Amino acid sequence: MISFLNANATIIIYLVKIALLLFIVLTVNAYLTWFERKVVAHMQSRWGPHRVGPHGLLQPLADGAKFLLKEDPTPAGVDKFTYFLAPLMALALALTSIAIIPFGPEPLHILGRDITLGIADLNIGILALFAITALSVYGVALAGWSSNSKYPLLGGLRSSAQMVSYELSLTMSVVGVLLLAGSFNLRDIINAQAHHPERGIFGWNVWPQILGFFCFFVAAVAETNRVPFDLPEAESELVAGFHTEYASFKFAMFFIAEYTSMITVSCLCTIMFFGGWLSPFPASWTFTHYLPSVILLPFGLWVIWDGIRYETIFGRLVLPGIGTVLTVIGIALAVPQLQFVNEFVQGPFWLLGKIFVFLFVYVWMRGTLPRFRYDQLMSFGWKLLLPVSIANVVITAFAILMWGAR
Amino acid sequence: MTPQLAIFFVLAALAVLGALNLIIQRHPIHSALSLIVVMIALAGLYLLMGSEFVAAVQIIVYGGAIMVLFVFVIMLLNAGVEERTNVSKLAGVAGIPLAVALLGFLAAAIARSNESAQAGVEAGTLANTKEISTMLFKDFVYPFELTSFLILVAILGAIVLAQREKS
Repeated sequence: MISFLNANATIIIYLVKIALLLFIVLTVNAYLTWFERKVVAHMQSRWGPHRVGPHGLLQPLADGAKFLLKEDPTPAGVDKFTYFLAPLMALALALTSIAIIPFGPEPLHILGRDITLGIADLNIGILALFAITALSVYGVALAGWSSNSKYPLLGGLRSSAQMVSYELSLTMSVVGVLLLAGSFNLRDIINAQAHHPERGIFGWNVWPQILGFFCFFVAAVAETNRVPFDLPEAESELVAGFHTEYASFKFAMFFIAEYTSMITVSCLCTIMFFGGWLSPFPASWTFTHYLPSVILLPFGLWVIWDGIRYETIFGRLVLPGIGTVLTVIGIALAVPQLQFVNEFVQGPFWLLGKIFVFLFVYVWMRGTLPRFRYDQLMSFGWKLLLPVSIANVVITAFAILMWGAR
Repeated sequence: MTPQLAIFFVLAALAVLGALNLIIQRHPIHSALSLIVVMIALAGLYLLMGSEFVAAVQIIVYGGAIMVLFVFVIMLLNAGVEERTNVSKLAGVAGIPLAVALLGFLAAAIARSNESAQAGVEAGTLANTKEISTMLFKDFVYPFELTSFLILVAILGAIVLAQREKS
């Protein structure tokens, strides 16, 4: 048994990492829906979900159970094979793209083995991601076509036109970053932003590539079919767009795919323009390493304080529990004996923190911005975004020729 | 059998079956889907040869952009199931021998160039993104620019044809 484990250690580590990442991503997805509903609700002076569990924290579980238990009718006249293929494709491609994201600089040492954070460290990292994005159009387009219904067909058509249009700007907008880094690999792109550790936040790609970042973020939001570019599923015009005819878990698959691609886009923005796991402070400010504790400790104490006054008994038990765990983690990170844990946590802490900010921006936009009209969407993509991103490539190339990449 | 060879046979079988399915299927969307399978299987074969860049570009350009346009046009025209016609006599008399002859030529060419291609793969000359770009933008820059000019002309032609006449 032990010898078998030793002989196949690499494969087993990969499988465990994949299972773990899938579990984490799906859980984050579920709680992203809770987060979105809560934030949008508070923006609109409502409470949002608050019946299932304390602060509605069990709402994602209830939603999941509902997705699994609802009847799953197949409409008459659908193209069966494509109808079943479309949600599978959407979900599989969205989840695959997460595998390329690196989550931390240092490998984890467990039982004498180095375990890197992240699954596939590809030389063509960013290109592989674009390849996956290029294929993910089919999930939406085929779902729209195979449903044998007017609204989904219109939604599918809109989405394929939109995704093809914005893919160009998406790809062109990162060329500047690639020129600065000289590599397609995501780790290299982050390391290229660490050449001046004392500059901290001002060493990130977002400053020289502010145009590229603008184009990338807008195009990426359009690629993920989110507000203000959610025309493929504009409910006031197309019922629910391409997934109108899907119910139960097949609908959930589209839903999970959408939220997973939100996470991927947030990861990419962070990695390519905002320094990935690099701290925004100069490297010599070592006292900023206590920032995780400074954030976790008060937050944990606040959750305890809020929990003991909660209306339901369940909440009075669960919330202080969560708060205690957060407080203990916060204290543990500040203990001098656990210095190595603190050092290890720095990279993932900043990466996840920035990803969280981008996810919040996504939700924020949904709460604030109205939807584009279709012709506005097309002229915006072709007449503004594409020329600006091409100009950005030219300007960056000239600047690198004149002054070098750094 | 090495794992590489096993993966090669799986991908090759996928490509051939996809191509066959492309012809057999009667609905345009199913044919387009089969073509996408062929494209992705080819990308896998490139990946097996160690040229990651070409594999990624194969999926982005052929699997993504071009096939999306195919699917888009089929959806836009709402093309239905094709009608099956009897195979024309010309296809039977001239087509099948021609296909067999072409297959023979290809097989002979592959059998002859086997070793040099193998050597190229093993040296990893196909892998490097830098070398591909040097080849495109330095060694073959004129043919490359000429091709892009040709595509530009085609795009302009498409725009002219698609533009409505102004009264």
